[in-house]
Amino acid sequence: MTTAASVEAAGEAGDAAGNRAGSSPYALSHLDALESEAVHIFREVAGEFERPVILFSGGKDSIVMLHLALKAFAPAAVPFSLLHVDTGHNFPEVIEYRDRVVAEHRLRLHVASVQDYIDRGALKERPDGTRNPLQTLPLTEKIAAERFDAVFGGGRRDEEKARAKERVFSLRDEFSQWDPRRQRPELWQLYNGRHAPGEHVRVFPLSNWTELDVWQYIARERIALPDIYFAHERPVFRRSGMWLTAGDWGGPKDGEDVETRLVRYRTVGDMSCTGAVDSDATTLEAVIAEIAASRLTERGATRADDKLSEAAMEDRKREGYF
Amino acid sequence: MTSTTAAAQLAGLSATTLLRFATAGSVDDGKSTLVGRLLHDSKSVLTDQLEAVEHASRARGAEGPDLALLTDGLRAEREQGITIDVAYRYFATPRRRFILADTPGHVQYTRNMVTGASTADLAVVLVDARNGVIEQTRRHAAVAALLRVPHVVLAVNKMDLVAYAEPVFAKIAEEFTAYATELGVPEVTAIPISALAGDNVVEPSSNMDWYGGPTVLEHLETVPVSHDLTSCHARLPVQYVIRPQTPEHPDYRGYAGQIAAGTFRVGDEVTVLPSGRTTKVAGIDLLGRPVDVAWTPQSVTVLLEDDLDISRGDMLVPSSDTPTSTQDIAATVCHVADTPLRVGQRVLLKHTTRTVKAIVKQIPSRLTLDDLSQHPNPGILAANDIGRVLVRTAEPLALDAYADSRRTGSFLLIDPADGTTLAAGMAGEAFARAEAPASAADDEDGWDF
Repeated sequence: MTTAASVEAAGEAGDAAGNRAGSSPYALSHLDALESEAVHIFREVAGEFERPVILFSGGKDSIVMLHLALKAFAPAAVPFSLLHVDTGHNFPEVIEYRDRVVAEHRLRLHVASVQDYIDRGALKERPDGTRNPLQTLPLTEKIAAERFDAVFGGGRRDEEKARAKERVFSLRDEFSQWDPRRQRPELWQLYNGRHAPGEHVRVFPLSNWTELDVWQYIARERIALPDIYFAHERPVFRRSGMWLTAGDWGGPKDGEDVETRLVRYRTVGDMSCTGAVDSDATTLEAVIAEIAASRLTERGATRADDKLSEAAMEDRKREGYF
Repeated sequence: MTSTTAAAQLAGLSATTLLRFATAGSVDDGKSTLVGRLLHDSKSVLTDQLEAVEHASRARGAEGPDLALLTDGLRAEREQGITIDVAYRYFATPRRRFILADTPGHVQYTRNMVTGASTADLAVVLVDARNGVIEQTRRHAAVAALLRVPHVVLAVNKMDLVAYAEPVFAKIAEEFTAYATELGVPEVTAIPISALAGDNVVEPSSNMDWYGGPTVLEHLETVPVSHDLTSCHARLPVQYVIRPQTPEHPDYRGYAGQIAAGTFRVGDEVTVLPSGRTTKVAGIDLLGRPVDVAWTPQSVTVLLEDDLDISRGDMLVPSSDTPTSTQDIAATVCHVADTPLRVGQRVLLKHTTRTVKAIVKQIPSRLTLDDLSQHPNPGILAANDIGRVLVRTAEPLALDAYADSRRTGSFLLIDPADGTTLAAGMAGEAFARAEAPASAADDEDGWDF
């Protein structure tokens, strides 16, 4: 994460951009506009909720969320804790990053562990070894146990069709279920977070960001990321058209050959369903150039779980998924 | 990042502005096709999305890819072939980033168009060239006018079905512009298009040499998104008080919020509402960096010279330009909930960062958007109704007229029992009067953000 000093430098670069962005002296660059909106959302939640928490996976979207939260309340501390739903199949680089950030900013980290649920017999391992769908129960039970009333997620509306209709403040019942017909119209910048006891609100400060916005912002703010986002040599094998990392989670199987390739990750999730892409981009600039030229959306390229069916995401959202 | 040069280059990448716009029109007008065409022709549709569309089109027995499928969201809609809610789409060109609020145009979904238009700098109203201006078109124009959307585009679609005839387009453009101007819409741009064939959406049409104006996308890329804010009322609703109380910052007390309108400078004399106390701006913190001036919609933290008792829900305004505080609010509302709004109903009213108790005192009239006729004393407002209301609040509120300031003139009515958003309110007169403005300066008034 950046220090205040590098935020200042980034701000100057932003100024130059802002002045070129339009003829009016009051023009804002699109990144400044998105940043301002996200900060407004964080501060609204701080003002109206008792126990907010930020879902933090160590992936780029949650890293940007935390960075925005730090800026929103500087020079005071972030008035939220963090929650990581740990599938047990995380990349070690990501867990290291998570723990480093938590220590650096003296944050409180809650962990909901899928492995614990499997060990207790409360959840069953799927035959394909994928644990992403198993995250819903530990997440919803942790929210209920800790009585979190606002849960920040890094979801973006551009990611997937069911998310295009998601609200910035998304109401969930006591079972964390999402009912598309119960969502409130969201007008102007007036967010309505009222909810009954036991219910909570999922809040998406990055709703209006695209993947490219997120990367440009990371570059502008010089935000450090886990190494797996940059090109590196890695032993991988091919499954369902994706390069997966070999590991205890269930691969490679018979007929799947491991080879060492130069790859990077565009999203970070469960090892079993997060694919790498061939890449030689070792710097942020190179990554951004690749993404800007890319003809595949990030989920289509790298997330097996969303390909399940046209309505897969809609169904999982209803159950309380992110 | 390794060097400042690289940083500057990347900053250059982000030197584009952001335009939020909304579309209105029905399935029959070809709205989904227009949106699909904008996304497709601006190269915003990616290979896997297009594959999914082709797959779904084939599954339904369609011959080619149905671009409308790009924008269908939920299963219920796919099954019924309708759009039931506001969906947000994102695309970019080298010149600008766009956020599109895609709203269904069917009569019972007025609330969705109101929702989409509430944050829009521009609205695209779609008509079928064969049908011209119909009741629904008037309704869309009225919503855009009511929500004070600064720019309106009339897209006359299906020109291919009227042999690309200029007189057909000219007649529709003239009729619509006259109607919208009457409602006080400050600017209408009419564009003849064929979303299906791609004429004038992204690429200029060779079938309509008689049209010399911009394509829809060119217009979206060049329409101004920022305004001269010097003539606007400056308003900063306080969201949150930042008090680190750490050894490094023992006395820091900052008032955090997003500037709702106008500009603030260090040294400005400001009044705190509702208390009425005055002080000066000692400093402005722009997300970790001190600045001399900040403007809407920047999120800032303001430091004041005096130690006043200020909390969330208060508002900082220039001492020379304070809004009137009132407990009696006359407003136009769009009712967005399924249960009706009644005279005598107890509600909560959320205005900027302040939520107060309120009672619906009167519903003087309901407005029929098709012909703007007034129905006096309807007693209730049902879902999608637009009407005038008088609301009495438990505490005084510093409201501006919505015509002067969209952020500080708007409010929500909320059901205290279950938190449902009941109505979207706009303080003051419903429509701008279409008289010629007294001066150019007045012309700038009322279109700030």
